[in-house]
Amino acid sequence: MEREIVIRMEELTKLYGQQKAVDSLSLSVAEGEVFGFLGPNGAGKTTTMLMLLGLTEPTSGTVRVCGFDPARDPLKVKKIIGYLPENVGFYEDMDARQNLRYIARLNDIPDRVSAARIDKLLEEVDLAKEAGKKVGSYSKGMRQRLGIAEVLIKEPRVVFLDEPTIGLDPDGTNRMLELIRSLSRERRMTIFFSSHLLDQVQQISDRIGIMIKGKLVAAGPLAELAQRGLGLEEGESYTLEEIYMKYFKEA
Amino acid sequence: MHGILTIYRKEMEDHFSSMRFLLIAALVVMIGVIIASMVGMSMQEELWGVAKPTFVFLMLFTSTGKLFSFIQFIGLLGPMIGIILGFDAINRERSGRTLSKLVSQPIYRDAIINAKFLAGVTMIAIVMVSLVLIISGLGIRLIGVVPGAEEIWRLVIYLVISILYISFWLGAAILFSVVFRSTATSALASLAVWIGLSFFVGLGGGFLADAISPIKQTADMAEATSAFVKNAEIQRAASLFSPMTLYGDATSTILDPLRKTPRSFVLMGPLERFSLSRFQNPLPLGQSVVIVAPFLISLIAITLVCFGICYAVFMRQEIRST
Repeated sequence: MEREIVIRMEELTKLYGQQKAVDSLSLSVAEGEVFGFLGPNGAGKTTTMLMLLGLTEPTSGTVRVCGFDPARDPLKVKKIIGYLPENVGFYEDMDARQNLRYIARLNDIPDRVSAARIDKLLEEVDLAKEAGKKVGSYSKGMRQRLGIAEVLIKEPRVVFLDEPTIGLDPDGTNRMLELIRSLSRERRMTIFFSSHLLDQVQQISDRIGIMIKGKLVAAGPLAELAQRGLGLEEGESYTLEEIYMKYFKEA
Repeated sequence: MHGILTIYRKEMEDHFSSMRFLLIAALVVMIGVIIASMVGMSMQEELWGVAKPTFVFLMLFTSTGKLFSFIQFIGLLGPMIGIILGFDAINRERSGRTLSKLVSQPIYRDAIINAKFLAGVTMIAIVMVSLVLIISGLGIRLIGVVPGAEEIWRLVIYLVISILYISFWLGAAILFSVVFRSTATSALASLAVWIGLSFFVGLGGGFLADAISPIKQTADMAEATSAFVKNAEIQRAASLFSPMTLYGDATSTILDPLRKTPRSFVLMGPLERFSLSRFQNPLPLGQSVVIVAPFLISLIAITLVCFGICYAVFMRQEIRST
């Protein structure tokens, strides 16, 4: 059965002055997929995400998220997507519960509905014990997990995560990856995440896109990229790093 | 709508729990007590043994006492309240990295600005109403006069004008908080504009008037007079660009029923003053309102201009978390 395409980009281009941040990018992601967006710093991953969210307008090309144009129907898109920005911030003098409730209210979720949801989510991201503490005292890992909870409170269909594991210690990274995986398996959410850490992308993605200097140089399942990039046959061993470096050198 | 209400609620909570509010509250109590006692006591001396003139209660706000009157004080320092409440409205969210999260929620971006503005206006209203109440309360004790119905109406209109005036500065400060990424820069920019519009516009108007129509020392009386009038007119027109002038003229007209023009551009000597006093019957409230209306509309208009720019900049701004 053909799955519904939830993210579709065609010939998407973003110019900052003369510089092409994103260069005619065409890509689609199907429902329930975990798409890992890979590339060095400054490759245009965040800019692509901002265009998907309607937080910046594309110079040319089209974007559709669940059939809506984020630049023209921002509210419809924002109702069904969750976005975790890189280095997300919180209202430091409020506790985790208050932060979550604020986001829930902004999504027009009544307090009696959100109260139960907040408790469940805090349990899920392992913050139930610290829920009463001000967010100002949270560690980086706790903040990142609270960020995930904020994304999930509105029960989105598509989740955008920008560098979700950046700056986390190994334990925090593993917990985060576990969390992301469970989102796609248990909640059937579509996940579009960016990272420049290869082994993590390899661990959790169904498909991988490699972006270098604004251009999408390869996209597909890992095995396919290995065949095309390295000319390997099925069964031979490879790592994403080898594939990535190959493409990186070519670019 | 739910977006505006939610943000408004949170902003109000923030205002009430912030250090800033404590500072403003302390300032309000201080100003109220100082002005009421200063003006009240000097009025007590002046009015000792004299029949009370009409509208004596309003003189609590307009008479200068030893140093300055309440309306002069608000004209000068009211903008500070607006700036304090608004200078970091948007860029605080930006530097706290909460802005990108906020704009990716299903709310219109203008709801963010509107809610923050409304919360600020509410605070301004609270400040102004409590100031007027403090001064009225202390004033009643000191001069022993209770305000009449018309005086209360005039005070209410005065409050509306004052809230609009300070709200303009709030709007300007919010505009700077959208344009500048650093809170320090937007605070400084707001202060610069405040000083510029409040003090230098009048000065610049003088220069402009002298350049366009210099006052000549000629024997021809008619020519000298017309040049003088033209000079004054230009100066006056230029000074209307200053919100402080708009505010000062509007409030002194509404609070002083004996004033019939917003500003007499020729200083009167004692003799003229005396001859004029024959006509000194108080202006009816309706007429005072008519005089004040253009000033009110100008204040609203410049606030809307601020908002227009604010929307134009903020709606299309790219918001990154880093």
